[in-house]
Amino acid sequence: MKITGKEVAYVAHLARLALSDEEIEQFTGQLDAILAYVDKLNELDTEDVEPTAHVIPMGNVVREDAVDTGLPIEEVLANAPGTQDRFFRVPRII
Amino acid sequence: MDLFRWTIQEASAAFREGRCIPAELMASVNSRIEAVEDKIHAYVSVAGDAAVQQAASLSAGNEASPLWGVPIALKDNLATRGMRTTCSSKILESFCPPYDATVVSRLRGAGALFSGKTNLDEFAMGSSTETSYKGTTRNPWDLTRIPGGSSGGSAAAVAADACVAALGSDTGGSIRQPAAHCGIVGLKPTYGRVSRFGLVAFASSLEQIGPLTKDVTDAAILLKAIAGHDHRDSTSVNVPVPDYPSLLNGDVQDMRIGVPQEYLQVGVQREVREAIRNALDLLGAAGASIREISLPHTDYAVSTYYILATAEASSNLARYDGVKYGYRAEPVEDLLDMYRRSRAEGFGPEVKRRIMLGTYALSSGYYDAYYRKAQQVRTLIMRDFEAAFDVCDVLLAPTCPTTAFRIGEKVNDPLQMYLSDIYTISVNLAGIPGISIPCGFDGQGLPIGLQILGKHFDEATVLNAAYAYEQRTDWHGQRPAL
Repeated sequence: MKITGKEVAYVAHLARLALSDEEIEQFTGQLDAILAYVDKLNELDTEDVEPTAHVIPMGNVVREDAVDTGLPIEEVLANAPGTQDRFFRVPRII
Repeated sequence: MDLFRWTIQEASAAFREGRCIPAELMASVNSRIEAVEDKIHAYVSVAGDAAVQQAASLSAGNEASPLWGVPIALKDNLATRGMRTTCSSKILESFCPPYDATVVSRLRGAGALFSGKTNLDEFAMGSSTETSYKGTTRNPWDLTRIPGGSSGGSAAAVAADACVAALGSDTGGSIRQPAAHCGIVGLKPTYGRVSRFGLVAFASSLEQIGPLTKDVTDAAILLKAIAGHDHRDSTSVNVPVPDYPSLLNGDVQDMRIGVPQEYLQVGVQREVREAIRNALDLLGAAGASIREISLPHTDYAVSTYYILATAEASSNLARYDGVKYGYRAEPVEDLLDMYRRSRAEGFGPEVKRRIMLGTYALSSGYYDAYYRKAQQVRTLIMRDFEAAFDVCDVLLAPTCPTTAFRIGEKVNDPLQMYLSDIYTISVNLAGIPGISIPCGFDGQGLPIGLQILGKHFDEATVLNAAYAYEQRTDWHGQRPAL
């Protein structure tokens, strides 16, 4: 086994997903099969190979720090599940 | 006359010559949508009469723009101001973006009209549209089969003449594979050629927006309209955009075409292999020089992709937390409970599976073994293409190993589903451009796709090779009986 049910439950916690016991069991089997398949990458010796994060060579991209109009607040807030005045409303934190 | 069957260039010519006005074409497309949508379910939402009214109010004077008055369908992961953008997910079911994607504002500026938003696998994660929260799109050539994915709605709409052309996005083949399965043209541009601003992010280092069209000339027109640098996407590259349509001449004399031997091995359907061989003969007879080449790391592409794409997805999709937009579970105990349940109830199984895999690959103790390893193999895959393009101008291969599979056939086996992307995925890892064009049918009347790949930012050569083939065949003129 590449991955256990306990590990899947821990990963679900990291990913902020409330999974049912059935889902944990199903994902354990499926992730195990996928991880066994991707193990073939270990056939390759990559010791001296640089990792690629970005295919087109470019450095940091900067621009002038100019004032511009933002998004219309009313339209943005119209998509929020909970609002109050000009703010997003969430369950009590402290 | 069936106006809805027109290509972009046919519609544009009719407008310029005064034979038709945009409102007439838009109404014709709308009636076509009404006639076929029950069968194919290509759209998540349609603009309907609003688009006809918009067509009627298009300001004159812009007829020179080849997209003026032309109805275009947009994949529903492209932000459209005031038009719902759902990603075919429950979590974004009611999301109405307060801004347009850059490609959308460019099309608006060119006078294009939008027929509606097309179906996709949830968050573009899939190869069949079967993971869509909005139901599965059906292949216009055989309604029991998948249209491909994730841009399956866009491909089916174009194939069924339920729009004149469409935009999709391609993270691992999501434009080219559905284009192949639906018998149309689909182009994934070079990474950085088209702004991704307003494309709902899945795997940011891999994806590009591109056209799905009825022929190669339309793909050239649409690419020219959407390509170019955008300060809102810092990965878009500031290089000149050629006038693609005017560069199409169908001349492949002395063009060096490479055939990756790994793409024609076991697992390729016999009729697909034959169609590719025939295409090579045809282009060889037209003056191209054909040679076999090798992309030795092809076998590692699917593994590499499913580590990198899921890792990026797990990060990108962290934003769906039930706070700023989208679905929120209620009532909840506390903030953590709200996050966990909103995401569990809002995402479908494939999206959760990928978030889980990506989170695992990035988690403490596994990062080097999976994520870093996959990034290193990505380098090897890129080098394969660099070596091939030292001796070739373009590469030619099947788009998919088989024609469209049946709805439900692979839905319970994620790994088999992932392996259907085997010939398209490397292209995203290397960031090069690729096009799929129709090149025949199998014994069951299902379309076969021919894939042509090029060097970074050399879409012009890719398009011209495709045009050369299209000029000498009539597959692109075939339509499904609906």
